[in-house]
Amino acid sequence: MAIEINGSQVPVPDDPRVSLLDLLRESLHLTGTKKGCNQGACGACTVLVDGERIVSCLALAVQYEGRSITTIEGLSDGDALHPLQQAFIDHDGFQCGYCTPGQICSAIGMAAELRRGLPSHVTGDLTAERVPFSRVELQERMSGNLCCCGAHNGIIDAITETFGEVAA
Amino acid sequence: MSVLGDAAAKAKGAAQQVMKKAIEVAPDSWMPGGRPDPLIRRQHGHVGQPVSRLDGRVKVRGEARFAAEVPMANLTYAALAYSTIPKGRMTGIETAAAEAAPGVVLVMTHRNMPRLNPPPLFMTASKAAAGDDIPVMQDDRVYWNGQPIALVLAETQEQAEHAASLVTVTYNEESAVTSLAAGKAQGTEPGSFQGEPLKIDIGDAEAALAAAPHKVDVAYETPRHNHNAIEPHAATLAWDGDNLVVHDCSQGVAHVAWSMAQVFGLKEDQVRIHSPFVGGGFGGKTMWSYQVLGAAAAKLSGRPVRIALSREGVYRSVGGRTLTEQRVALGAQADGAFDAIIHTGTVAMTAHNALPEPFIVATRSAYAAGTFKLDVEYATLDMIANTFMRAPGEAVGTFALECAIDELAVALDMDPIALRLRNEPEKDPTSGTPFSSRNIVEAYRAGAERFGWAGRRAPGQRREGDWLVGMGCATGTYPYYRMGGGAARITLHSDGRALVGIAAHEMGMGTATASTQVAADRLGLAMDQVTFAYGDSALPGEVLAGGSQQTASIGASVMAAHQRLVGELLKLAGNDSPLAGLKPDEVESADAGLRCVAAPDRFESYASILGRAQRDEVTVVAEAPPPLEMQHWSMHSYSAMFCEVRVNAVTGETRVSRVLGSFDCGRILNPKTARSQFRGGIIMGIGLALMEETQFDERKGRIMNPSLGEYLVPVHADLPVIDVIWNDIPDPHAPMGAHGIGEIGITGTAAAVANAVYNATGKRIRDLPITLDKLM
Ligand code: FES
Ligand code: FES
Repeated sequence: MAIEINGSQVPVPDDPRVSLLDLLRESLHLTGTKKGCNQGACGACTVLVDGERIVSCLALAVQYEGRSITTIEGLSDGDALHPLQQAFIDHDGFQCGYCTPGQICSAIGMAAELRRGLPSHVTGDLTAERVPFSRVELQERMSGNLCCCGAHNGIIDAITETFGEVAA
Repeated sequence: MSVLGDAAAKAKGAAQQVMKKAIEVAPDSWMPGGRPDPLIRRQHGHVGQPVSRLDGRVKVRGEARFAAEVPMANLTYAALAYSTIPKGRMTGIETAAAEAAPGVVLVMTHRNMPRLNPPPLFMTASKAAAGDDIPVMQDDRVYWNGQPIALVLAETQEQAEHAASLVTVTYNEESAVTSLAAGKAQGTEPGSFQGEPLKIDIGDAEAALAAAPHKVDVAYETPRHNHNAIEPHAATLAWDGDNLVVHDCSQGVAHVAWSMAQVFGLKEDQVRIHSPFVGGGFGGKTMWSYQVLGAAAAKLSGRPVRIALSREGVYRSVGGRTLTEQRVALGAQADGAFDAIIHTGTVAMTAHNALPEPFIVATRSAYAAGTFKLDVEYATLDMIANTFMRAPGEAVGTFALECAIDELAVALDMDPIALRLRNEPEKDPTSGTPFSSRNIVEAYRAGAERFGWAGRRAPGQRREGDWLVGMGCATGTYPYYRMGGGAARITLHSDGRALVGIAAHEMGMGTATASTQVAADRLGLAMDQVTFAYGDSALPGEVLAGGSQQTASIGASVMAAHQRLVGELLKLAGNDSPLAGLKPDEVESADAGLRCVAAPDRFESYASILGRAQRDEVTVVAEAPPPLEMQHWSMHSYSAMFCEVRVNAVTGETRVSRVLGSFDCGRILNPKTARSQFRGGIIMGIGLALMEETQFDERKGRIMNPSLGEYLVPVHADLPVIDVIWNDIPDPHAPMGAHGIGEIGITGTAAAVANAVYNATGKRIRDLPITLDKLM
């Protein structure tokens, strides 16, 4: 009865009402994952589950037994930042920084979706093997992550720099 | 008011007028900023460099601990229940089920809430921080729909929320005023702001309007807005005996500490507010009931409390921007010269706050005109107290003014930029004071060229497939503020490191980074030798992160502390120093030491001075001078905003395709973080123009869209790359030559969007937001 979180085994909580987000924040003190709305509307709580992005406020922790969760705290390799973390600093992809962990985790999950060729609302050819990497695609796919400070341009620039090559 | 009281008020008013006049006519050299800040001359320091955020690393790693994230032993969690009527009395509160629910530690209502003083309303004292002055949970009265009426503390958040849902209340409902129309029917009152009436009459503007050969006379409406900082308000707090420690998300740590002390009957230093990280504020993160409720519950339960408002809780218990109805009438000659500017209207307010959204503030200084009539009236409603939100007054006021100017340009068949420049004032048109630094003409020239304004066509003339394309522009202005009470402490260590401490705030504006750059230049040190401490009420200064004044306040405070430090160092240096005999204003900081301005080789390092004096460190605290420069000069940030929109001819959907902000905001301290400030403001302006609206049920006074799913804000897909340029012309009278940049971005933007929509479609939308139904 355990969930793997950033490589550690964590027991599933007793109270079935506990969201994955509250498990992270209140029980494990992994407060890098943020709560902006607690109702799936802002993306601040985005984490990766087996590499896929989810909003952890709408996820009950008990459902994630045996799954592998990566949070913002699990992205750096010791002191070395993940390239996207560094790109966020370089491109000033945040102001207050509260939406930032969610933006970063979401972008990593999104890049994997792009690589798998998953189309979005703005993808022209739904049958194509590859989805062309473009600013419009990124903006569409990142729109579940709100940034009320308005750091959107820097966020997209940071993602483009980090994943543009990979996708091309 | 009694006759005596009236006479006293008049005498006070007269004395203030005399003082004001004296400040206006005093020589420049008597004013703060009368001698330009020496940092303005220095071109090769840290100021002006695009330094990455110093707090960037902890933020991208998720290590920055915000208010709701501070660990505490034995913590309890709070949840609130809110009233469901707009006005009346609670006749009964049923709490037994909540008390019996698992994990519940305390159920608090007005029956067991400790007796407390009312919160000090913002602007009623220099450190008053509360959004309203309604006593918090002190009796059975309901003042607005959504007022907190019960608090549950439990061992977990889940338990607290479940128990709060079990609290039931019965009411004796009273008739409430919940629409602006109903409020106006009861009569309006003249508004005042910062101690001055929001009313200016110069000449007979109505007569001038009537006589003018060309005119527009139009009405505009703007709705309520909420700040929607992404971090909901939260505090983690604990009592230690009679001392209270609050980890808060705050735009005013000194203000909240003082105000909480008033409420709980404590001395100011018995309350300590920590707020090193704030997840956005925009005017909303001052003092609201949550801090008081949390602290009271901690007192009653004897345990630490985390009170983290739900998103709905923020809408219910923290006020936003109020709605406005504005009339703008402009009379002009055929060459565009304004004979009359009339900008009047009504806003909604409550009986328990004092912010009549001052939408005329920008109009006071924007254009020359033969006559002026400016007036803000307010109607009193039963609703959550409205409050400051990014560019209060200016954001919605410039929407109306700058759209009306666009309308007049059409009526005159004149280019709207030419019309604006035709009415460029030589001095402040309503106060008569000289401008300290105003380069809006230059900002328009640079902006128009870069944006390709010359390619703009007549309304409705550019179509690409289903999309109608148009361009618009608008002027933004936002006053330079510097509030009194700024102070800073500098501790200089013998190894050349300096600690600069000031009770300031970092909510994402880049304050920590820019202030370190400034302090390093001021002290002649490298960036990594300077630590800038902030976000703690125990530090010196009353430095509100509001009114775009923080940078000026910090700048003036650090300047004052630096002057004192120089004096101390010269004393310590004594007669054996190369600096011997020099006065403080003859030396400057450079290369980790002091040098004579006139003879730079007369130099001694800090380490040497302190070493010889056998001192490990020297500490000084100093207060900034009173902000008289604001009354002596007319000081403002300016922008020329350009926007291109595409409006779908079939669906009416508006997409913003290009934006350029051309700014005249004095010297830019850090281009990297400044660009983000400008862009963030512009994006909020796009939201203001096209989507943001707090929907209010006028029957019940209840906010109907209290969630980020239903209150729309711009998302990635809504936003083009936002182009930002600035002229970097320093204001010789402002610290560092800089003006505030936090609110100028939102100012003028909504008008630029609306004017572009008109240019695309030929349709004038005068009530925000410009949703597709209005364009179909
Ligand atoms: S907190 Fe989960 S989406 Fe907002
Ligand atoms: S950086 Fe503040 S909400 Fe995105």
